[in-house]
Amino acid sequence: MAIDKVFATFDEAVADVEDGSLVHIGGFGGPAEYPSYLIAALARKDVKGLTITGNHSGFSEGQLSMMKQRMSGMMAYPDDYFSPGILVERGQVAKGILAFPVLPGAALKVPFEELLEKGEVELELIGQGSLAERIRAARAGVAAFYTPVGPGTVTQRDKEVRWFDGRPHLLERALKGDYSIIRAHKADRWGNLVYRGTARTFNATMAGGSRVTIAEVDELVELGDLDPECIVTPAPYVQRVVVRPKEPVSDWRTPC
Amino acid sequence: MSATPSTPKFEDKPRLDDWGMAMRAAREIKEGMVANLGFGIPMLISSFVDPEAEVLLHSENGVIGFGPVIEDPARADRYCINGGGQPVERMPGMSFMSHEESFTLIRGGWVDVTFLGALQVSAAGDLANWRVPGKISGALGGGQDLAFCAKSVVCITTHQTKDGSPKIVNRLSLDITAPACVKKIVSDIAVIDVRPDGLFLREVLPGWTPDEVQQVTEPELEVSADLADLVL
Repeated sequence: MAIDKVFATFDEAVADVEDGSLVHIGGFGGPAEYPSYLIAALARKDVKGLTITGNHSGFSEGQLSMMKQRMSGMMAYPDDYFSPGILVERGQVAKGILAFPVLPGAALKVPFEELLEKGEVELELIGQGSLAERIRAARAGVAAFYTPVGPGTVTQRDKEVRWFDGRPHLLERALKGDYSIIRAHKADRWGNLVYRGTARTFNATMAGGSRVTIAEVDELVELGDLDPECIVTPAPYVQRVVVRPKEPVSDWRTPC
Repeated sequence: MSATPSTPKFEDKPRLDDWGMAMRAAREIKEGMVANLGFGIPMLISSFVDPEAEVLLHSENGVIGFGPVIEDPARADRYCINGGGQPVERMPGMSFMSHEESFTLIRGGWVDVTFLGALQVSAAGDLANWRVPGKISGALGGGQDLAFCAKSVVCITTHQTKDGSPKIVNRLSLDITAPACVKKIVSDIAVIDVRPDGLFLREVLPGWTPDEVQQVTEPELEVSADLADLVL
């Protein structure tokens, strides 16, 4: 039977996500990188007790509108920019494995910071590099690795320290997710992916880092149209593909 | 732990603003270097790199070889941004990469110099920059990987906190990002080399004397024999 990983809607693509799942959420923080529609679908599904990983814990709905206004002098923000903060704000997240759980300045309190202060969410703080490599290791079937980053700091915790080449290293474990939700530019029905500019970031890293990887893409192309020399994520890492709507859907509550 | 004693504020004296510090710091980037520009003030540096010089600016979100920040929102491209979310110019030779590749580049020692903000720097070059006092947690970002693994770390920071406490201290009182990593400090009043044998005052902003810089610096400064004016 022909391979076809394409799902018709975002709601169908996340239909089997269960409470308590570990979800790698692609993107970095900017307006073009998040799997916005998959985040929205998880919000609509109202799945609870999630462990999320990623760079940034994300903004609330109100903060996102404010950001769109505030940043318009620098760059237009699309109407369908949703961040993991929506899931946090709605109380769907039990734990975050994150590099930016709270913002550096005092000016803005993201939802994750508010819940952390109330003790309603658990945090595993980790630098971007160690997080990315832990996810890559999961994709690669590597159980753990030693990194020179973090000995003697907040990220050491109870991790094994071992010396190599005169430097202390931390043992970091692979971090396999139940689901990776990512954004890419083009896909074919096999799930081969290419990305667009700096939207590659954690999206390409998380592809294959979970039992199920779901890619939301700008465009679906015919099998054979993607240049094999330029495919970034080969098909086996991707289980589901959903195409973003041509016209932005600005309210995350709208089923799509 | 006792609070760090407040130092004179010298409120009437000149200081570089963020752009001035970025402009001075940009001179640390030599042709052929791979330079990472961290979150905050360091992001401004890309606007001051000599456009004729071939340097590879790297940003941890996964782009290398980019150009200056784009000021005109009509030309901004949200698919080509730096780690602070600012749109940057596409340049010949640039490339995009995944996050694990971006940090392979950092952890693997391929970055010659990184520019990071600081909350405190110790005499030994220990850096604290991830957790603002009073916050329940902080933003580790990609800064810890960079601080541990870049060949050289240049800190860009005001010399004192807003309430006048020194940010260059004998020992960190804030949470450490990485030990003994800072090689140079570019502040709003001075440039200081951090060496195993001490802190060397290299440049002083006109309007300040080395003694006055010492008064707002906790560890002892060695005045360099070739002390120069900090000029832009």
